Amino acid sequence: MTDLAAGPESHVAFVRTTPAPHVARPPLPGGPLHWVRANLFATPLDGALTILVILLAWWTVPPLLDFLIFDAVWSGSGRDACLPSAQNPDPGACWAFVRTWFSFFIYGPYPLAERWRVDVFFALLVFGTAWMLWLDAPRRDLGAAFFFLALPTVSFVLLRGSTTIGLEVIDTALWGGLLVTLVVASVGIVVSLPLGILLALGRRSTMPAVRLLSIGFIELVRGVPLITVLFMASVMLPLFVPPAWSPDKLLRALVGIAIFASAYMAEVVRAGLASIPKGQYEAARALGLGYWRMLALVVLPQALRVTIPNIVNNTIALFKDTTLVFFVGIFDFLRTIEIARVDPAWATPVTSTTGYAFAAICYFVACHFMSRYATGIERRLAAGDRR
Amino acid sequence: MGVTTETRADPAATAAAPADIAVKISGLYKWFGEFQVLADVDLEVARGERIVICGPSGSGKSTLIRCINALEPFQRGSIVVDGVSVTDDLKRIDEVRREVGMVFQQFNLFPHLTVLQNCTLAPIHVRKMPRKEAEEIAMRYLARVRIPEQAGKYPAQLSGGQQQRVAIARALCMSPKIMMFDEPTSALDPEMVKEVLDTMVELAQTGMTMLCVTHEMGFARQVADRVVFMDAGQIVEVNTPEAFFTSPQHERTKLFLGQILG
Repeated sequence: MTDLAAGPESHVAFVRTTPAPHVARPPLPGGPLHWVRANLFATPLDGALTILVILLAWWTVPPLLDFLIFDAVWSGSGRDACLPSAQNPDPGACWAFVRTWFSFFIYGPYPLAERWRVDVFFALLVFGTAWMLWLDAPRRDLGAAFFFLALPTVSFVLLRGSTTIGLEVIDTALWGGLLVTLVVASVGIVVSLPLGILLALGRRSTMPAVRLLSIGFIELVRGVPLITVLFMASVMLPLFVPPAWSPDKLLRALVGIAIFASAYMAEVVRAGLASIPKGQYEAARALGLGYWRMLALVVLPQALRVTIPNIVNNTIALFKDTTLVFFVGIFDFLRTIEIARVDPAWATPVTSTTGYAFAAICYFVACHFMSRYATGIERRLAAGDRR
Repeated sequence: MGVTTETRADPAATAAAPADIAVKISGLYKWFGEFQVLADVDLEVARGERIVICGPSGSGKSTLIRCINALEPFQRGSIVVDGVSVTDDLKRIDEVRREVGMVFQQFNLFPHLTVLQNCTLAPIHVRKMPRKEAEEIAMRYLARVRIPEQAGKYPAQLSGGQQQRVAIARALCMSPKIMMFDEPTSALDPEMVKEVLDTMVELAQTGMTMLCVTHEMGFARQVADRVVFMDAGQIVEVNTPEAFFTSPQHERTKLFLGQILG
């Protein structure tokens, strides 16, 4: 300011004559010691919590690693391998047991010669899911058609079999293991997403009958535990239809799961719809788009995008809830472990623990990946908002 | 809506409407609940005419133009747009909306679509135009609003003024006979108002029928054929811009102009 003309007004008027110099930012305090002090021991409470967490980890992690890895038995052909012995006085997890029963966990009692059909189903499922989950994939409309129409039909014919195309019919009573868990979970998702969208739209409809029916359905199903819905579907459904038509046991459970999942999906989608500003509807209307075009081209693409993390969270819950089909006598993944763990050929003190540990690890890995995906999408959406 | 005798007009009756009238509003009343927002509104807009509607906030000016393309229902009176009555018949409404372009205060671009896709959405899905042709037309209009280089971007990557120009191009892509603007510059940063107004002035020079709700009095002076002043849901004064600004007749108009022109 020194080069400003001095005068009576110089203390009120100011005109910049030289641009402000670019100054480097002062360095931040750094180093690992600083990080530890700032993040772990900032306050006495922080310090106490840090020590507590370290102690907890000290007490739990080494025994867990011992059980799962260091003392575990990796190979063997019978219970003797997993019993305490001279070399291994306190054996850990009996992975030899899991290895022996592994294919049963995956396929259940599905006939050995036909298991390739299950493998093809797994491959199709992975392919379709990847196409749906990868947001920048080419032709996602085609992917959706594949996932929601082709995949269910092809999978049904493939797994169930059909004499007309020369595939031996395999009764659903012989389906089991991971196969059933994936079938139940994917049917739940494939049915619940479209149905949930319709219910959510119905709930926002201006037509009182449609709205009332949607609200009634959603609230009724959400007000009842899944296990009740499953019992209703498997015990009461046969009472309403003629015995000749009496639906298959697995199908009944699938209907129950689909109904339950749809009600929850409807509420998730409704939240997404509510996040779309009124202006979007008005702009679409003002351009002459009709109701369904407006929904399909303007509203749903936006609403579903912001809903993806919640849809995935719902899917995680549904995936874990599929274990409840156990109670209506279906051979899901958990049920196969339940059967295998009482096998007398593998009767050891650690067999049950190993079986459950295996189930827990499988469920955890699957759910963890879904959760990571949801987090990734959330971050991407947040970045999109900043854009 | 549609308590009138005229609203159920059959095609024969609509053909009888004078060809040079773009919009004819007669005896229009509207209530939000018990609250009367429009009362006894009569307005005829000739083809090619440019009308600026102004008035204090809450005077019903936005509501009036939103009634014209049926974004708002009305309870009494009639609106005939280009010979088609606005009724609660959805087919009719869509017919009217195809011919009436609208630009909103908040732009209301579709954020999940690129600028080009925003412009081609309605021509492709409503006019059933082939994609290639729709894109050519869209690029022509984007060039006219001077942002063809932004065609591949998403709305959130543009400034407010650019977004509003895209919104104008999007409406024009439907080749509407009438363009309506609902306070198009009110949500803009001061530095961006001019670029949008310039676009609107250029549009006016092409002979487009325009209804603009705006507080930009300079724009009104420059392009309006008539200025409509509204207060409390009624049309208080209609006049040429010259007469409106220099010798307002109604007390309410004088008060309003005194407030905004200082």
